[in-house]
Amino acid sequence: MKYAILVYETDAALDNRHSPEYWGAYRAYGALLGERITKGAALEGIDTATTIRLRDGEQLVEDGPFADTKERLGGFYVVEARDLDEALEMAAQCPSVKEGAVEVRPLMEMPS
Amino acid sequence: MTDAHAAAAQMAARDAYGRLVALVTRRTGDVAGAEDALSEAFVAALERWPRDGVPDNPQGWLLAVARRRHVDQVRHSEVQRRLAPALQLVAEELSSASSPPDRRLPLLFMCAHPSIAAAVRAPLMLQAVLGLTAQQIGQAFLVAPTTMGQRLSRAKHKIRAAKIPFKPAARWSSQLHRDRLAVVCEAIYAAFTTGHRHVNPHQQGLALEAIWLARLVHRTSHQDPETGGLLAMMLHIEARRMARRDPQGRYVPLDIQDPSLWDRERLREAEGLLWQASHQRRPGRFQLEAAIQSAHAHRAISGRTDWVAIEMLYRELLTQADTLGARIAHLAALAEAHSAEFSYDRLLQLPKQATATQQAYWALRAHREHRLGRDPCASASWAMKLSDDHAVQAFLEERFGVERGVNPESY
Repeated sequence: MKYAILVYETDAALDNRHSPEYWGAYRAYGALLGERITKGAALEGIDTATTIRLRDGEQLVEDGPFADTKERLGGFYVVEARDLDEALEMAAQCPSVKEGAVEVRPLMEMPS
Repeated sequence: MTDAHAAAAQMAARDAYGRLVALVTRRTGDVAGAEDALSEAFVAALERWPRDGVPDNPQGWLLAVARRRHVDQVRHSEVQRRLAPALQLVAEELSSASSPPDRRLPLLFMCAHPSIAAAVRAPLMLQAVLGLTAQQIGQAFLVAPTTMGQRLSRAKHKIRAAKIPFKPAARWSSQLHRDRLAVVCEAIYAAFTTGHRHVNPHQQGLALEAIWLARLVHRTSHQDPETGGLLAMMLHIEARRMARRDPQGRYVPLDIQDPSLWDRERLREAEGLLWQASHQRRPGRFQLEAAIQSAHAHRAISGRTDWVAIEMLYRELLTQADTLGARIAHLAALAEAHSAEFSYDRLLQLPKQATATQQAYWALRAHREHRLGRDPCASASWAMKLSDDHAVQAFLEERFGVERGVNPESY
């Protein structure tokens, strides 16, 4: 069973991204999960985001992220877990749980 | 067939149904699918067993009917295809074992998973294990049946889609087991208190269903002291149902109820459970709550309420579960046991925002003001405004001389 671990971070954490502690924590997390991670990526800051919508045939392009929230989506992992409990255990180790938050969602099976 | 026989037959149907939902869910991880596969057979059992008697093998009967319908209708949905092998496996399990295993505790643990919203846990347990409808559950929880139905199906969808595990008890660490058991107890207690929201004492809400669930959990958790405490507390409160109103339907507070109206059999059972729990030397919130109820019940023998003991028990309870309700009840006991003035001062120090909507706070405050020779009218009219029970309103009106319908802010 595959789950997405969505990493939401505070602005303070995102501002701290160039520090060795920040990457050290995520490297350690990545090493802890090891082969259970099937995919994952860190995202550039929200000042690089562009949101696009199609309304009444018109394409609307806007600067900024889709939702302006206090915690920003900073990256994600796709992991392999036996069940929700195991996925939650993995998510609970993520560095952003302390100040930001982590959302766990099962991956949907695409209908064939 | 008498009413009692009919009720027993209905309970046998619910018992067999819950056991089967657990056995099927264990195979599929899908509560909604298990309920769906068994629902028609369950409805048939609810209708026939009270009339024709309970079959020798209730689970076998239900499963056979469910599988027959399953084949008859040749349903081709994804869910049905997944279910057929599970039903087959459960049928084999039933025929091979002389007494099939009871897996309802892991099912209850699944319903009480922390990722399920707290307010849905009790409804989910009542539906999966007792087969109550969204209509019945909604009525008891004062939620529109369609809203309740939506909440239940959303939770069941999450159980399947997010794969909330169905874990056999042996795979739980003892700490996790206790934590989850506490959540299950809380959900059962939430179902029990639905009985108190009903104005008429003959309307029991889901009090009896909650007691039934607590018995099940107590038995399947190997007599955990806290499940024993929960069951004892609920039996104590249930024992006093008929004493809570006088023959004219007026509200009678606990300390002046006629103990001869209390249900002796329930009290005896409650006392036995509490005694047994206390011997395990692992005190907890529900055992303390049961001990408080037990101290009140002791008035039937001693003729007086031991407020000193009750005050101490509340103090201990606050170290285990610090809730506003427990703090208010503690101050009520403190006033009776020791100093009325001191208790009143502490009452005024409780956080204003939280107490504003607490009926028990305003009722106690009016009571204390009355005793201390102050004007209780403003507090009493808040207490009246916050109660939807006419008998309680009439009681406050009579005791404190407040007029009904007066805006409390005008005092």
